[in-house]
Amino acid sequence: MEMQKKSFFMVPYLAWIALFVVAPMALILYQSLFDITGHFTFSNYTSYLESTTYLKMTFNSIWYAFLITFFTLLISYPTAYLLNRLKNKRLWLLLIILPTWINLLLKTYAFIGLFSQNGSVNDFLRFVGAGSHQILFTDFSFIFVASYIEIPFMILPIFNSLDEINPSLINASRDLGASAWQTFKRVIVPLTMPGVKSGFQAVFIPSLSLFMITRLIGGNRVITLGTAIEEHFLVTQNWGMGSTIGVILIIAMFVVMFLTRERKSKGGQSR
Amino acid sequence: MANPIIEFKNISKKYDDTPVLKKIDFEIESGKFYTLLGPSGSGKTTILRMIAGFEDPTSGEILFEGKRIDLTPANKRPINTIFQDYALFPHLNVSQNIAFGLELKKMSKTDIQAKVAESLRMVQLSGYENREIDALSGGQKQRIAIARAIANEPKVLLLDEPLSALDHKLRKEMQVELRALQQRLGITFIFVTHDQEEALALSDQIFVMNDGRILQSGTPVDIYDEPINHFVADFIGESNIVPGTMTADYLVHFDHKDFECVDAGMRPNEPVEIVIRPEDLDITSADKGKMQVTVDSQLFRGVDYQITGHDADDHEWTINSIHQTTVGAQVGLVFDPEDIHIMRFGEDEETFDARLDSYEE
Ligand SMILES: Nc1ncnc2c1ncn2[C@@H]1O[C@H](COP(=O)(O)OP(=O)(O)OP(=O)(O)O)[C@@H](O)[C@H]1O
Ligand SMILES: [Mg+2]
Repeated sequence: MEMQKKSFFMVPYLAWIALFVVAPMALILYQSLFDITGHFTFSNYTSYLESTTYLKMTFNSIWYAFLITFFTLLISYPTAYLLNRLKNKRLWLLLIILPTWINLLLKTYAFIGLFSQNGSVNDFLRFVGAGSHQILFTDFSFIFVASYIEIPFMILPIFNSLDEINPSLINASRDLGASAWQTFKRVIVPLTMPGVKSGFQAVFIPSLSLFMITRLIGGNRVITLGTAIEEHFLVTQNWGMGSTIGVILIIAMFVVMFLTRERKSKGGQSR
Repeated sequence: MANPIIEFKNISKKYDDTPVLKKIDFEIESGKFYTLLGPSGSGKTTILRMIAGFEDPTSGEILFEGKRIDLTPANKRPINTIFQDYALFPHLNVSQNIAFGLELKKMSKTDIQAKVAESLRMVQLSGYENREIDALSGGQKQRIAIARAIANEPKVLLLDEPLSALDHKLRKEMQVELRALQQRLGITFIFVTHDQEEALALSDQIFVMNDGRILQSGTPVDIYDEPINHFVADFIGESNIVPGTMTADYLVHFDHKDFECVDAGMRPNEPVEIVIRPEDLDITSADKGKMQVTVDSQLFRGVDYQITGHDADDHEWTINSIHQTTVGAQVGLVFDPEDIHIMRFGEDEETFDARLDSYEE
C-alpha cells in the first residue's frame, strides 16, 4: 500500500524526467550519429577529436567557465559572509537576488550601453582624463558581465550554508583556542563547502555553454562550445556536428557534477 | 577563603537597557564543583558566557587568579566550555574533534594521539576515535564533548545544562560520572542547571539565582536547611511555608500557638515566614500532635505517601510519611524545634549570615 502510494506520487516526476531530460538527451545522441547528408556515421566524433579548432574551443570553454566561476566565487564568498552578519540579512539577500528576475537579454544590452565607445564608463574615463578605451568585445568585458550575471547563483547557496552553521560551533572553536582566522579556516570554510560546491555547479555548468554574451559582449572573439552549437544548428545547418558538441557538453557537465558531488569525508558512515 | 580562581566584582550586564545581571559578586575557589541554580531567564548562561569570554560585562570586573580577564578574548582563556547542544564539529570525526584544541596548541602528532586516547578513556569511550559525529547517540555526544574539553586541561570547566537533553536514567548516570570526573581531575567545575535535585547531588557550592541576582550561596546542606527567603525555600525542594511572628528568641508563633525553635536575633513580634520540610513532619493522632490538619489528599509514591492537608487557617501542609492515613480525617503533626526554619522578610545574604553567626556555636 505504502509503496503503491509512493510510486503514484512519483509519476509526474518520472514523466518530467522522461520527457524533458531523457528524451532530449537521447535525441541529441541520435542526431550526433548522422552526418550532414543524413548517413549514419561516427565521423562527427572523429572529426571533433581530430580537429584542433574544436579541441581548442573546448579548452577555451572550460578555461573561461573556470575564470568566470573563479571570479564569481571570489566576490560571492565574502559577500555572502558579510550579508550573513547583517541584521536584516534576508532583506539584503533579496536585493542581491532581485536582478536575476530581469531578463538576461535586457541586462546584456544594458552592458552594451555602459561599455560602448559612447557609454557611461567611457564618458566617465574621459571626464577624469583617462581617455576612452575599448571595453566592449574584450575578454575582460566578457568575463565581467558573465560573472555579474552568475553571482547571485553563487551567493545564494553559500549564504544558505553559512546561515545553517550553528553559532555555538563558532563559540566552541573560539573556546578551544582558535583565533577568528583559525575558526574561519577550520570550521566555517569546511562547513560551507557544500554551498560552494552547489554554487560551483550552478555557475560553471551554465558558463560552459554561454553563447549570447560571447557574441554581444565578447564580440565573438571568444568562441565557446555554446557558440559553436548555435553556429552549427542555425548557420551551417550541420545538426550532426552540433549534437556531437552537445554530447561533449553533457559529458563535461556530468564530470563536473561527479567531481563536486557530496562526499562524506571518511569513515564511511552515511548520513 | 584561599586564593580564588575566579572573582566577579560588581558585575552588571544590560541588553539594550534591559538589566540581565544586577551587581553580581562572587568568588570561585579552585578545585571545587560549583553550581549556578535558578529558574529560566535568571542569568545563569550569561554568567557562564562572561567567564568563557563570549560576552562582555556592562560594568564591573572579572578576575582570574587575581588578574583581570574580562578583556582577554575567549581563545586566550584557560577555560573550556561544554555547550548545551554539545557543539561538536560535524565535519570532523571523534578524534579530530578532540584534537581540535591540541592541534592549535601545536602539540606533536604522537602526543595528540595519546591525549585523545586518554581523554576517550576518561569518558569510557575508548575505541571511538574514527566514529563520525552523526553516528553517536546523545549520551555519547555528551561524553565526547566532555573529552574534547578536558583534553585541553583547562583550569576551569564550564557546563551549561549539559545533561538536560538526556533521559532520566542516563542523566543520573552522567551525574555520578561528572562528579567522579571532577574529583579525579581536580578541575574547577562551574555547572549550570535549573534542576535543584541535580544541584544538590553534585555540588560543593551552590549559587541560587533569580532575576539577575545571586540570592544565596552555600553548600547544598546549608541552602536546603537554611534557605534565606521564600523563593529559595520554594525553589530548593518541597517546603511548607506559612506566615508567623517571632514572639521572642527561640520562640515562634503560628497556628495560634507558640512553638520552640532554634532561630534568634529578630525583633520581638517581628513578622516572619516559617519553613518546615515535608519529610520532617510526622503524622500522629489528632490529640497527640503539636498541631492539627485535615487530610485533603494522599498519593502513594513508592517509598512514601505524599499527604496534603489544611490547618484551621486554611494554610496548606504537605507531609511525606511512610504511614498511611485516610482522606478527610483530622490528624496531628509532630516535629522537632530544629525542623522549624525561620525566614525574615527582605533579609539579604550578608545580614542573614551575620545573624546566624551571632547566635550559633
Ligand atoms: N543576546 C541577548 N539579547 C537580549 N537579551 C538576552 C540575550 N541573551 C540573553 N538575554 C536575556 O537575558 C536574560 C538571562 O538570560 P540567560 O540566558 O542568562 O538565562 P538562563 O538563566 O541561562 O536561563 P535558561 O535556564 O532558560 O537557560 C533573559 O531574560 C534573556 O532573555
Ligand atoms: Mg541558559
